[in-house]
Amino acid sequence: MIAYLARRLLYALPILVGVNVLTFFLFFVVNSPDDMARLHLGVKRVTPDAIEKWKVERGYDRPLFWNAPRPGLAALTDTIFFQKSVRLFTFDFGRSDEGREISRDIAERMGPSLAIAVPALLVGLLVNVTLAMTLAFFRGTYLDAWGVVFAVVLMSVSSLFYIIGGQYLVGKLLRLVPISGYEGGLDAVKFIVLPVLVSLAAGVGSGTRWYRTLFLEELGRDYVRTARAKGLAERAVLFKHVLRNALIPILTGVVVVLPLLFLGSLITEAFFGIPGLGSYTIDAIHQQDFAVVRAMVFLGSVLYILGLLLTDISYTLVDPRVRLE
Amino acid sequence: MISPVVLWTDALVFTLVGVAVVFGLYARRREHLREPWRRVARSPKGVSAGTVLAAFVAIGLLDSLHFHPRLEGAEAGGSAEHYSTEVASVFDLLVWPLRERVEKTYSAPFATHAYAKETIDLGGGRQAREYPRLVHGGAHLSDAGTRGADIALRSLAGLGAGIALWLALVGLFVAVPAARRGERFGRLWRALWAGHWQWPWRTFLVTAGVLLTLVTLGVTLAGTYHVLGTDKVGQDVLYQALKSVRTGLVIGTVSTLVMLPFAIALGISAGYFRGLVDDVVQYLYTTLSSIPGVLLIAAAVLMLQVYVANHPDDFESLAESADLRLLFLSIILGVTSWTGLARLLRAETLKLSQVEFVLAAQALGVAGGRILVRHILPNVMHIVLITVVLDFSGLVLAEAVLSYVSIGVDPTTISWGNMINSARLELAREPVVWWSLAAAFFFMFSLVLSANLFADVVRDAFDPRLRGSERPA
Repeated sequence: MIAYLARRLLYALPILVGVNVLTFFLFFVVNSPDDMARLHLGVKRVTPDAIEKWKVERGYDRPLFWNAPRPGLAALTDTIFFQKSVRLFTFDFGRSDEGREISRDIAERMGPSLAIAVPALLVGLLVNVTLAMTLAFFRGTYLDAWGVVFAVVLMSVSSLFYIIGGQYLVGKLLRLVPISGYEGGLDAVKFIVLPVLVSLAAGVGSGTRWYRTLFLEELGRDYVRTARAKGLAERAVLFKHVLRNALIPILTGVVVVLPLLFLGSLITEAFFGIPGLGSYTIDAIHQQDFAVVRAMVFLGSVLYILGLLLTDISYTLVDPRVRLE
Repeated sequence: MISPVVLWTDALVFTLVGVAVVFGLYARRREHLREPWRRVARSPKGVSAGTVLAAFVAIGLLDSLHFHPRLEGAEAGGSAEHYSTEVASVFDLLVWPLRERVEKTYSAPFATHAYAKETIDLGGGRQAREYPRLVHGGAHLSDAGTRGADIALRSLAGLGAGIALWLALVGLFVAVPAARRGERFGRLWRALWAGHWQWPWRTFLVTAGVLLTLVTLGVTLAGTYHVLGTDKVGQDVLYQALKSVRTGLVIGTVSTLVMLPFAIALGISAGYFRGLVDDVVQYLYTTLSSIPGVLLIAAAVLMLQVYVANHPDDFESLAESADLRLLFLSIILGVTSWTGLARLLRAETLKLSQVEFVLAAQALGVAGGRILVRHILPNVMHIVLITVVLDFSGLVLAEAVLSYVSIGVDPTTISWGNMINSARLELAREPVVWWSLAAAFFFMFSLVLSANLFADVVRDAFDPRLRGSERPA
């Protein structure tokens, strides 16, 4: 097991290198730092001096890969690639183009992101599994058929409409909770309720449908027939046998996204004014802050790889048939 | 004469149509490919959703035939014709009044008066603040009070025309087979409505009837009113909603067209050749899929913005740079979505490469590439088709979200995402400007819902295991 994990972690390295090279290519080779400076400074203030100053302030004045005049190793390390990309591996994100410490921003903004993402995930899971169980229990009836149709209808609506509709209905017409914003501590609850409800509504269609297929798949297995043959009630079959087995794919599906919860939801956070990592990314995109976007791309892939690893581990925990070799 | 323009996305859209036609001709001869499609055509759900989709596709295709409209004033000169730098499409010609009849600013659906009060000079130095009449909306009415009656009258005319056309269509559908088979018209007619025909023509005709009536209603009403109101700069919202169809379709289809060659080539060669090829391909798609999609798109679109901002000379017109951005967005969406398909194809090819007919071909000394094309590829095509159809609605929805985050299509491109984006601020106005949002919602919802329903039917028809394999969004 330990050997397996060590191997998986080693295997993650080249992938992160790949991500790094790709983002480096996107950010520095496709467009030179001069281009970025010009875009940032605006048309009016573009002078060679201003561009040079902008680059020096942000450390973009080095060569891309190879700094020939520098002696020894410095020729390799005093370059944009090393300073901006390789250093990400030590989670040293450096400063944003605005001059703020990215690592500190990330640490600060993780809390609000999790405060939205975790309840949203849990509530969504609970509701989706319950609804899917209900549909599976009544499979073949009108309830099931219409339930599936309704699920398809729900998933055909863009998530933007759920957000806008939710804000308008609950926040503006009913005035139950603030439309957007965030506060720390216990006050956070009133800001969290609406985003969680909205993400529940946005995900309930596809979630219920997906879990229903999982349940129906399990219902077709041999052990279900055995359970019925020994005279178990349908309810007992569903809750004691099918639910437990179907939970394996459900849980592992959840584990994959667990690390990504840190990143929060871009759209939800931006709409509800939550100062989390999602809105951090959005703001960076709006302000064309390349350093932040680069850091988030790297962080995102680290978390994704972590999620894959956790999935493998969780398989061995919930399913004794799986052994990691 | 017109001066045609072929934008990049136009070319790709028509390439896609070409591919679809070739595939259709190929499938026509092969029973194992015809059978699943027959199953699709036999399902009322599939037929109904397919009809709506076809209507959307028709709009999208007409909107993909672009040209520079000729400038009116140039004729007098007699010399060379002058063309506008603007780009219009054949679809624009059909709805030209919608495009041209622009108000000053917002107006509600069917309104005769503007949304905001203006200071009007009454003459004699007197001024008043009131809602001015619209320039085009309901301009034919001398008395705005008769608006209700006029709308009712026009709706009735539209409804009547729609039903009359529809009855003619249905009559044709019954009369032709009746004449050919020498059966009585009435008997066939009754059989049609009782659902005794072999194919679900009934469903098709009902859906087509609803669409037809909507069109005739649009023709009678939209000519004199802004049926869905106007937006901030006074443009007709119905026009925008219709123009957005093409953007949605391009995103949904061109993305898949772009990714298919990579996904297929890499997926099946990884599964077939294994070893080093497999390692490299797996490395490629794990790396790409490990970057959260939105972030990769954001990074790429940001870079495109920088490029466009720094190279203004490369583009002849705004339409061209907007089109390039649309194309680029499709490509990036394709890049982020090919990994799933490649993974599926690799797994399926791994299984297939152990099947007897492949082993036999290998034993007979058939070259690897030939085995891939002749034996493996046809047997994984159903996976490709199912993925393409399932991905479509997700891509259309993604466009809206990305445009909201301003990493979607160009702000000058008319799209549902941009409509929703601007609608955000409109909801905060008093009175609420709801019509842009409602229009985008309605059109997007009908496209995505019909695509989802159609995808379900196609998947059930093509999946040999006949069970669901959808992924949660």
